[in-house]
Amino acid sequence: MSIAIRNIKKRFGQFNALNDISLDIPTGELVALLGPSGCGKTTLLRIIAGMELPDSGSIAFHGEDTTEKHTRERQVGFVFQHYALFRHMSVFDNVAFGLTVRPRASRPSKEEIRQRVMDLLKLVQLDWLAERYPHELSGGQRQRIALARALAVEPKVLLLDEPFGALDTKVRKELRRWLRRLHDEIHVTSVFVTHDQDEAMEVSDRVVVMNSGKIEQIGSPDEVYHSPATPFVYQFVGNVNLFHGRVHEGWARIGAMDIPAPDLGQATDAPAIAYVRPHDIWITREREGELCVPAVVKDISRIGSLVRVELEDEDHNEIQAELTRSGAQHLQLNAGEKVFVCPRNVKVFLEPGK
Amino acid sequence: MIKKHSILPGFGPALGFTIFYLSLVVLIPLSALFLKSATLGWEQFWATVTAPRVLASYKLSFGTALIAALINAVFGLLVAWVLVRYNFIGKRVVDALVDLPFALPTAVAGIALTAIYADNGWIGQYLAAQGIKVAYTPLGIVVALTFIGLPFVVRTVQPVLADLDREVEEAAASLGATRWQTISRVIFPTIMPALLTGFALAFARAVGEYGSVIFIAGNMPMVSEIAPLLIITKLEQFQYAEATAIAVVMLIASFILLLAINLLQWWSRRRLA
Repeated sequence: MSIAIRNIKKRFGQFNALNDISLDIPTGELVALLGPSGCGKTTLLRIIAGMELPDSGSIAFHGEDTTEKHTRERQVGFVFQHYALFRHMSVFDNVAFGLTVRPRASRPSKEEIRQRVMDLLKLVQLDWLAERYPHELSGGQRQRIALARALAVEPKVLLLDEPFGALDTKVRKELRRWLRRLHDEIHVTSVFVTHDQDEAMEVSDRVVVMNSGKIEQIGSPDEVYHSPATPFVYQFVGNVNLFHGRVHEGWARIGAMDIPAPDLGQATDAPAIAYVRPHDIWITREREGELCVPAVVKDISRIGSLVRVELEDEDHNEIQAELTRSGAQHLQLNAGEKVFVCPRNVKVFLEPGK
Repeated sequence: MIKKHSILPGFGPALGFTIFYLSLVVLIPLSALFLKSATLGWEQFWATVTAPRVLASYKLSFGTALIAALINAVFGLLVAWVLVRYNFIGKRVVDALVDLPFALPTAVAGIALTAIYADNGWIGQYLAAQGIKVAYTPLGIVVALTFIGLPFVVRTVQPVLADLDREVEEAAASLGATRWQTISRVIFPTIMPALLTGFALAFARAVGEYGSVIFIAGNMPMVSEIAPLLIITKLEQFQYAEATAIAVVMLIASFILLLAINLLQWWSRRRLA
């Protein structure tokens, strides 16, 4: 079931939550809405679900306009950050709820419901918890039950609002992979909201990066990470170093470096910002080519398999570099040492508003 | 016995004081009640509490209290729902009004209700035209007991309703439940224990109510004479032991009913945890 979102606008009082959003979600895809809090991603998800009405614009499921339809008629499965399980019902009754509230004519028999619920509980690997109550389960188990409950009604679209947001890191990572595998099995069109870029990168087929009510970029996780469309995406998706400079006829001058900026051929002596990912910064003891600047090592810290090096160039700009452990061992850097820093994959943007 | 270490100090003195205090205020007066009624002897006791006039008063007291508590359970829930769920001008005033029956001297409430519901009163005149007599009938008693019991249900249900998770309702809607199914299968079971508590409190209050009822009831023996009034009547005739005998039966009946409600509550709360 594809979803077509057209020119959605939504205001809450003075606050512009969604500013003319258009987005197509093809059948069977797992799409992440990624953005900082307050960017409108949850509002968009709730509008798709029919829990919120847009001020203008339309939503269509598989070509059929659903903008005016009530949530219960949209056949969406919704998974909440805080599970929203029915506390007074057993796990079995929670999952069966969507089937037992159907009108008598379309309601499956008791035996069929039982079979369907047990199948779903097996799918989420929790069939042994059928008789328990939600308060007896861990957070990760509750969220899997919430997912089984949403899937029980065979939704056309699965919507997940920060589904792993309330879980601790380890469980979150497990569930992330598990959700990806589950989606590969059942292929239901899914949209999930997250503010965690790692989560969006790892789980989704496509990432929609949002900021203050607008879409900044739509693309595969690789595209979004390696060729960000806007400075915002560059900064939001992954760590980044930022240099100020000027751009003139396709060349940017950043400090002592001349960097090609073929996209900005028209600009003449305009202020610009250059972005470089920390792992795209080379550190050497000998100057190698033109694109290197001298810098001083300020601090070295180890984070898991990575070594993060903080440096400062001659203009006192802070530079962050990430090396692999073996790379760092090879270099044998020490704090206070003078080295050369060579950025690669530099992306130059005109400074906004100038 | 090994003294257990606790981060909450003062268990011994606190419990000791609690028991002492409860004894002083509740247990000793109640046991005095039993002792005094025991001076009657079994036969006389039985004759007193099974006299037709006494039986009629029991039936009236418990019957009207039950009806009033049921009315309060329904409309108190509605009031709580409106106060929690909707925003409107004067909401705070309405919220404050709910507590008024707590604060108003019950005699004042009784006189006011009688004046309004008497055959020539503001509301009573229209009801009388329809052939409905409120003041000086059991119906009037129900009105008075409903008035004094209202805050109990509202104030016990209100916080639970306010805590109710909006998302749970949205989840039910996304699963295809109609509004009615959401209310009956999701919201109602959640507020049930609080509603039962409110019901029990309103009922207990209504059974013991005296001040407001005697003005509106008319107090006709066998028809609109409540048990507490009968106790006062006995006292005024210096039949102290008979008065306590009637009171003991009320006490035991109330205790059994409250215990039953508590069990029901325990059962429904256990499933919510």
